[in-house]
Amino acid sequence: MNIVLRLAWRNIWRQPRRTCLTTGAMVFSNVLLIFMISLQFAMYRLMIDNSLQAFTGHMQIQAPGYIEDKKMRQTVPDIVPLASALREQLETDTIAARATAFVLASSEDRSYGIALFGVEPQFEAQVSSIPGLIGQGRFLHSGDAPEVVIGSVLARNLRVGLGDELTLLGSGKDGSFAAAVVEIVGIFESGIVDIDRNVAELPLRLFQDIFYMDGSGHEVVVNAPELGEAHELQRRVESLLGTDQDLVVHDWDALQPGLKQAIQADMSSAFFMYAILVILVAFSVLNTQLMSVLERTREFGIVMALGLTPGRMGRLVILETAIMGVMGIVFGALAGGILTSWFSVHGFSIPGMAEMAANFNLPARMHPRVTGVTLFLGPIVVFLFTLLAALYPALRLHWLRPVEAMRAV
Amino acid sequence: MTAVRCVDLCKTYRQGDQDVKALDHVSIDIAEGGFVCLSAPSGGGKTTLLNAIGGLDKPDRGEVYIAGQRIDNLGKGELAELRLSRIGFVFQAFNLIPVLSARENVEFVMQVQGVAATERRIRSTEILEEVGLAGLEDRRPAQMSGGQQQRVAVARAIVSRPALVLADEPTANLDSKTSDGLMGLFAELNRHHKTTFIIATHDQRVMGYAKRLIRMLDGRIVDDIEQHAS
Repeated sequence: MNIVLRLAWRNIWRQPRRTCLTTGAMVFSNVLLIFMISLQFAMYRLMIDNSLQAFTGHMQIQAPGYIEDKKMRQTVPDIVPLASALREQLETDTIAARATAFVLASSEDRSYGIALFGVEPQFEAQVSSIPGLIGQGRFLHSGDAPEVVIGSVLARNLRVGLGDELTLLGSGKDGSFAAAVVEIVGIFESGIVDIDRNVAELPLRLFQDIFYMDGSGHEVVVNAPELGEAHELQRRVESLLGTDQDLVVHDWDALQPGLKQAIQADMSSAFFMYAILVILVAFSVLNTQLMSVLERTREFGIVMALGLTPGRMGRLVILETAIMGVMGIVFGALAGGILTSWFSVHGFSIPGMAEMAANFNLPARMHPRVTGVTLFLGPIVVFLFTLLAALYPALRLHWLRPVEAMRAV
Repeated sequence: MTAVRCVDLCKTYRQGDQDVKALDHVSIDIAEGGFVCLSAPSGGGKTTLLNAIGGLDKPDRGEVYIAGQRIDNLGKGELAELRLSRIGFVFQAFNLIPVLSARENVEFVMQVQGVAATERRIRSTEILEEVGLAGLEDRRPAQMSGGQQQRVAVARAIVSRPALVLADEPTANLDSKTSDGLMGLFAELNRHHKTTFIIATHDQRVMGYAKRLIRMLDGRIVDDIEQHAS
């Protein structure tokens, strides 16, 4: 081992208790950061997946302007052949066409304004979790049968059940009056109150007939196999659509800005707390290294007399800090990785969190997810801040004068 | 050729509310291969002069030259480089690095100089043998006697064969037998390698080894005599 490295290593063990406490603080903060970031990222992923899988999908093809102002006449023409062509070209089934209208849904007793979706029954399950969340009855059959599935809250509000009829009143694409009577064949429960209260689905062909859509619809929903692959898939979809079709592709950020904002707000507050933790650790390192440099003033005077420049001595102090930082990373990542991996398999729950989790369609039991980023992001930031904290003690050596330093006790 | 040249050096320290003249218009020339003792009572200015020559302290006025190069106006980095390449120091209090073994203390300077590991090993073994510390290479300073520690300090000072060795009271903490051994070693190095030695001391026995004796009092040179070394 290089003598300078050996010197640095032995220097940090001159005060073993102090070194253990400082390194322990780094290990503790690293374990905490790994666990919290792994949990946080897993929750975000779950929030995104659950929200997008419920309805929105990873991206949607729409007419320009439809996202801001959902007018019936802003349509995607020949939407079913388009969705079919994309499925074929992209060799995936996770693409489905939809049309949307805001209608008045009436039972015998009550009426409510709802969002009515025309869906392709055979493909909707590939882009939405709703077909799989039917609690009573069944999902739609393909074709144009006059049937509908509605959310559980809406069913309760309208006081209807399976087999009951629902009257739908709205405006067609051309502005004319549109109406239909459909039979409730299924009731779903997504866990997202807004969806369960306001959404009903019927076959797309029926929708096109009722609302005079002339083969058009409003959105083609596309799902990527993984959220991380969505951007690449979006590029492929855009290139397949070409420039001759007047259509746009919106990713989930644009489709659900509220979701991203909620995540960003949560992330900001969490990272503020992490920053405080990291700064506390950095101050602990600053204290340790400052003490260590002050205690060794005489020795620094000696090595200066021997011909070491202040820069070299400063690098020695940084090296000592780096060694402690590396120990913090290794032990922190090891302990944090093991602990978080255990919880990622077994999960855990916090009393009182179940209701909040339900609002975001999250499971009551939380499972952190360890990845390279969650394992090393926190420890690397702690490491960099500890090096930063060692800069001041290292810089102090530049003001040291050998004769005075050697007189220090 | 002149190894060390000091021209009109002055240095004043503030002690309490009094100014103390540590160097008062000191001028000396020391030739290469010289073996010089600076003698003065405590506070006479010998350590201050040694520190000025070694670039550890800056004089208030005057000029210092080492091998013809003016050093009193150099920056910290350049002075460190000069000390590393040309000057060896031996201090009264040994000043070894406590966490390094005898061999590591000796090799430390060579490592900083960029000497290869194998070469460092060979030279440290030779020099420790030369100062009579063969077999004690792996001991740390705390495990050695004062004499042994001072010999490690000497080995460290001379291992890279500096042209100039500055020693400040090198025998102050040693018994007479060890002192004689150390001075004998200095004299031998001076003879064989033409290393210039400047030794600050008030030990009469040490002065006996010097070829030239400079006496100082209150920061001034009061006597400068050539003598036959014992």
